[in-house]
Amino acid sequence: MNFGVVVFPGSNCDRDMAMVSRDLLGQPTRMVWHEETDIDDLDVIVIPGGFSYGDYLRCGAIARFSPVMQSTLDHAAAGKWVLGICNGFQVLTEAGLLPGALMRNRDLHFVCDRVFVKVERTDLPWMREYQPQQVITLPIAHGEGCYYADAETIAELEANHQVVIRYCDESGNPTEAANPNGSVNNIAGICNRQGNVVGMMPHPERASDPMLGYTDGLLLFKGLLAHCA
Amino acid sequence: MKVTQHYHAKIYVTLRPSVLDPAGTAVQSGLSHMGYNNVEHVRIGKYIELNISAQSQQAAETQLDIMCDRLLANTVIENYRFELTALTETVATGA
Repeated sequence: MNFGVVVFPGSNCDRDMAMVSRDLLGQPTRMVWHEETDIDDLDVIVIPGGFSYGDYLRCGAIARFSPVMQSTLDHAAAGKWVLGICNGFQVLTEAGLLPGALMRNRDLHFVCDRVFVKVERTDLPWMREYQPQQVITLPIAHGEGCYYADAETIAELEANHQVVIRYCDESGNPTEAANPNGSVNNIAGICNRQGNVVGMMPHPERASDPMLGYTDGLLLFKGLLAHCA
Repeated sequence: MKVTQHYHAKIYVTLRPSVLDPAGTAVQSGLSHMGYNNVEHVRIGKYIELNISAQSQQAAETQLDIMCDRLLANTVIENYRFELTALTETVATGA
């Protein structure tokens, strides 16, 4: 599969992502500068973590208007794969590819930690390598990861099973104490109705290389590869 | 003759009432530590100023609405309003 990793001014997880897709998984991967518009060669476009455009105004607000994001809208509409990680998730919500918004963490702190998340769906290509309700460990690093949407949107997300992963305790209970940022319903990651666009605050690409101690994130990418093989 | 008018816009972006504002709560707690226990409902928003030129006030307002809806505010979590004042000098263009 051809992976593209978007690089905005201020992206800082772009090379981590390319290291996973290119070096660990052996997939052709290229960096996509935010001013590029031709991404027809790509099967997967990843919007990585970081601080695109300095997080000015709101996280992801300005990145959303970059040329590559216009092409990403077409890419998503064509049913191709889009993954937004951390700042990438913020960009996808600002772009309207995913519902809701990411707000300042409940406790106002930037949180850099490892968290437990529960796998809520295994019928998505991204998630097929996980077990239903499996509790996995992923790193988070964000100041504005509190997922918010109005009650109607949340009800719709839940009814359509668009919540992909949820913050939980070690046993899989989505408790308030296990919620690092105040996200509504402990939501850590969601997908669109079609399931080809996924956004999440945790960093699967930072939990893929065994050298870093844990590899729960790698299955996300392996699942997509297996689905498309 | 078309006259381009210059306007000054003051744009206020505020959190929707249904959205919690942890920063506002923290500031309220700071005010309380200062001794102001009579303060409630602290909400922190954004204030943006800009100058815009347009054929009419209505045209400027229409453009500002689009700017606010698409970029300056995120209407999932924020409301906005703006005040527009005409700047004194006008520039005549065309015939």
